[in-house]
Formats: sequence, structure tokens, C-alpha cells
Amino acid sequence: MGAPLLSVKNLSTEFRTERGTVKAVDDVSFDLAAGETLAIVGESGSGKSITAMSILRLIPQPPGRITSGEVVFDGQDLLKVDESEIRAIRGNRIAMIFQEPMSSLNPSLTVGLQIAEPINLHRKTPWAAAMDKAAELLARVRLPDAKSRVKSYPHQFSGGMRQRAMIAMALACQPQLIIADEPTTALDVTVQAQILALLKEVTRAANSALILITHDLGVVARYADRVCVMYGGRIVEAGPAREIYARPRHPYTIGLMASIPRLDQEAGQRLVPIEGQPPNLAKLPPGCAFAPRCQRAADICRSERPPLVQTTPEHLSACHFHAQLSA
Amino acid sequence: MPSSAPDASSETVLEVRDLKVHFPVMAGAVMRKQVGSVKAVDGVSFTVRRGETLGLVGESGCGKSTTGLAVLKMLDITSGHVVFEGEDITNHDRARMRPIRRRMQMVYQDPFGSLNPRMKVSEIVGEPFEVHGLPGGRAAYREKVAKLLDMVGLLPDMADRYPHEFSGGQRQRIGIARALALEPSLILCDEPVSALDVSIQAQVVNLFQELQERLGLTYVFIAHDLAVVRHISHRIAVMYLGRIVEIASRAELYARPLHPYTQALLAAIPIPDPEIEAGRPQQIITGEVPSAMRPPPGCRFHTRCPQAMDVCKTVDPPMREMEGGRAVACHLHQ
Repeated sequence: MGAPLLSVKNLSTEFRTERGTVKAVDDVSFDLAAGETLAIVGESGSGKSITAMSILRLIPQPPGRITSGEVVFDGQDLLKVDESEIRAIRGNRIAMIFQEPMSSLNPSLTVGLQIAEPINLHRKTPWAAAMDKAAELLARVRLPDAKSRVKSYPHQFSGGMRQRAMIAMALACQPQLIIADEPTTALDVTVQAQILALLKEVTRAANSALILITHDLGVVARYADRVCVMYGGRIVEAGPAREIYARPRHPYTIGLMASIPRLDQEAGQRLVPIEGQPPNLAKLPPGCAFAPRCQRAADICRSERPPLVQTTPEHLSACHFHAQLSA
Repeated sequence: MPSSAPDASSETVLEVRDLKVHFPVMAGAVMRKQVGSVKAVDGVSFTVRRGETLGLVGESGCGKSTTGLAVLKMLDITSGHVVFEGEDITNHDRARMRPIRRRMQMVYQDPFGSLNPRMKVSEIVGEPFEVHGLPGGRAAYREKVAKLLDMVGLLPDMADRYPHEFSGGQRQRIGIARALALEPSLILCDEPVSALDVSIQAQVVNLFQELQERLGLTYVFIAHDLAVVRHISHRIAVMYLGRIVEIASRAELYARPLHPYTQALLAAIPIPDPEIEAGRPQQIITGEVPSAMRPPPGCRFHTRCPQAMDVCKTVDPPMREMEGGRAVACHLHQ
């Protein structure tokens, strides 16, 4: 394998709040190969979205600040380039899709214009040609009546159609990487499945890499090649999807899997919840962030932060007892 | 084995017959007149037996929440009947609903919006006693609140705190304690876990099940997540555009879904196992739910149904009872 498309190294992002400085992302590292789909899984406050926004330097400063690390994209550290260079990358070589399509679309411009804009801006394509391209892209994301819909405004679209338009916009400049942050959480179940299948299909066709940020372990199982599980701002487990589901090596991952009802299991059995509450990032314990909720926690877990280490060449776990864990 | 289904001889707690809730659509600024109606619930029938959980599942606009609100008489019923513990409450006014409401409670989706931020937990949980009157005065009141908090897994010293000091899961427990205060027989739960983090959902789902076993509660569990609904419900009604399209026991519904919409919903939900997902046929239906103002003629699902026939475009399929206490409204099964 050659150099990865994206290499995030020791990324840390802090936020200044009334209650002190909060480390939202703490020493996060991962690689992503061209054409690969990586899922970043975690619950609210785990740092998954802040990681994605840090990659594109979309953190509001202040109160946020990227305190350390590198984000090497195609040989270039995005944290070191100047503002005009990062703008030339956003929406062009790296595109982002957000959870709420309504708030990421401009309500006063037509959908077609918004899709054509990055093509005109980054590719210097004349407006008329860019608008044709927009119609083509809307057809590619299978928006019904794509030709006439270019002239529609976002409010005339349903939630699913808006998310299709967002995907069309993301595809506009044939990005090498698409970052999708909970792209279907606001949608109905059957539309969710349509949009995710579409996203996977178009990224595969363009050989774009995809970072899928989600809380849904089912979505990860269906679409991801590799997984990073985040908890309390850190990656606690990472590896190939099949490996993580078959042999999880972190008590949080094991706990999550036991706590979700599955359609293929006998119904009515008691779920095994993870006791306790998600961590307060302003008051993280000195050792492992998961220790207060972990049934296996020992003294070392409460005093020493476990490093992210290899359990196999491809599988990483940040648990002092990863070697003893088997689900 | 927890929460086994009550047998068919159990008494019926709730019966809903051909329930319709239509909302008028008005137009015009000066001469306001009705130009149409949203048929949010359009002929829904089901029964719930004592100790049972009936799941109502469907996508946005299917009418599941409206059905819940209509059962509680929190909005106007256009036609049909709601019979609660043998009493037809369809035309009850506020005064006559008052004693009924003690026995019928609701737990809401949003644990942030449904608790008054200026009230202490003891006041929120104890408010029903104030409203409906509890004999024994202050001392009895404090004791009751402490007992309720214990029942939902909260500590007694939490009684003097305010909602903002609690996490989402804890707030939902407070909402459940309030719903339990007057010892209701029926609790309607409207998306009670969908706003919670995954690791917290299981805690609350388990709490619902434990309370059902201890107190013999009856639930109508309204949610869009079929995996959660199937886990907690004994029987499940699948709704689409204001109608129930299929109703069956949870085992039957998953093992042998009859309605193409039920099949589509099941197929849309990924199973958290990459090995299984890799071998699963990906049959994803196209399109989105049409407007409830202009539901399609014939079968309402025909515009998205992969198996639609000519008859589906014109003839509305009636609900047909099948063996095993299940029913389906589809021309493939007439």
C-alpha cells in the first residue's frame, strides 16, 4: 500500500467554555486509503463530528482551537496551509455532507445554482455549462425530474430530495474524499436506506474515499470497510469492520453491541445496557474515560490512561486489558 | 424469559374502532375557508389487552403519534370510537375525561422539552397528586415521590434538583416517574427512547419492561425504529399514511411479514453485523411517503410498492383477518 490519501496524526481540538477548557478531540490518529469507507462511530460528545470539522478546519475560532496534530491530505498538511489554500480544497477535493440538509442549503438560491457554484468557482467552468452539469448531477443522484428541478428552491424539496441535492453538490468537483456527518439521521427509515446506498454507490463509482460519521452500528455494518470507535474525545478501538464486529477488543464496543436490539435476534430478551452516563468532557477522569462505566475496570484503569495499541497488525484497542477481552 | 405475552383471555384495556382524525386545511386571508383536509389518521382499529405492549411503527406522517394523542383525547376525533376499560370515551368532555386521565398517561419523546425547567423533580413527579388530590398531605406526598423515584432507578436526594442537572436518560426516567404517579393502567409512549444515546436507550427500554412486569402495565409504544419496537412489543401494528397496513405478533411480523411495506421497512434496517449484511439482499424501495393531504387512490402504498398490480391503483384493500390473530390490508393477501 502506498501513502494513504488522508493521514490524521495526534489531532487535538479544544473548546474554551464557561466551565473550563474542554478537550473535544484528544490525540486522534487514523489513516484513510483512496476509495475506502471509514466509519467514525460514537455517541453525542464523543468527538466524532469535531474530528471531521477539524480536518476541514471548520472549527469556530474562538472558542475552538486545534491545539496539535497533522492532517496530511494527499501529501499536504491541511493544518499548515493558509486560508485561501484550504478554501480551494473545501467543496473541491474534500466535500462535506451534513445531517441537516435544510440548514446547509441557502433557502434563497435555486438548488441548481448552489450545485453549479463550486463547479464555477473551483473549475472555472462558465455558468451555463456549470448549470448543465448541475442538472446532470441531480440526475445521477436519481432526483426525479432532475432537468426541471434545477430551478427549484430547497423548501420545495422533501428531506430525502434535499439530501440527494447535497450529495450532488458534494460530487460536483469529483472530490477525492467525502465526509458525511450523520447524513441520514433526520430522514425516514426507508429514505435513509436509499440515501446511504446512493452515497456508497456514487463514491464507489468515483473512487472517492468516504468518512461516515454515525451513531448507528447497523449503518456501519452495512457500509463501512473500517471503523474507529470514539469515546470521550479519543479513539478507543479501530480496525476493519468485520474484525471489530467479530472480535471487539474494547469494553465500550462490546457494551454497545450488547445494548442494541437486533432484528435477527429473538425478541423479548433483556438488553444488556451500559450502566451510568456518558462522560462529561469538562470533568474526564484521569485514567480511562470509560472506567466509571466499565465492569472490568481495575485500579490501573482509574489512574493510567490506556494507550491505543495493536492487538493484531490491523486492530487497535485502548484498553489495559485488551488481551483478556473476548466477546 | 421476561415479559411474555398476555394470553388472549386477558381483558381488553383499549379498543380503537375505525378512528379518523382529519385536520382542516384553511386558505385565504379574509374569507378563510376550508380547502381540504389532512387525513392524519384515516380508519384505524386495534385492541390492546391488559399487560400487553402494542407497538405502533411507521415513518413520519403515518399517523402513529396522532393516533396516540387521539386516544388520550388531546385532539378532536373526526369519527370512530375509543373505548377505554369498557367505557366509550369518544365524546367525553374535559370534566368526564378527568377521572379517565388518571388511568391513562403519556411519556414523551423529548426529555428536555417535556419537563418544566423551573420545577424541582419532586414537584414535577408530584404534580399529578396536586392536580388530582392525594390524601395524607405533605408527608404522604414526599414519601410517594421518593417511592416513585426509586421505582425508576433515581436516588431520593435527586428530588430537590432541577431538570437541567440531569442527563437525557435520567430526564426520561423523571418523565416515567411522573407518568406512574397516579398508578395508570395504560401508558402511551411516544418515541420515548429515540432522543437518547444508544448506550442509554437500553437502560430505558429495560426499565419499561421491568415496570410492566412489576405493575402489570399496558403500553402503546409508538416509534419509528422497528428494531426497538420489535424488542419491546408483543404485537406490532405497521402504519402507512394514516392506516394500519399490517398487525401481527412480533415473531410473525419478522419471520413472515406479509405486507410489502412491512417487508420494505424490515429490509431498510441494517443488522449490526457486517457478515450478515454482506449476504443480505438489498431491496430498497424507491420514493418517499406521499402527502397525507392527497393520499394516492386505491392502496396508499401502491406508488412505492414493488409488487403493485392494476387493482392496487383503484381499489383500497380492506384489512383482512388471517390465522394466528394477524391481519393485513393488501391485495396480495385477499
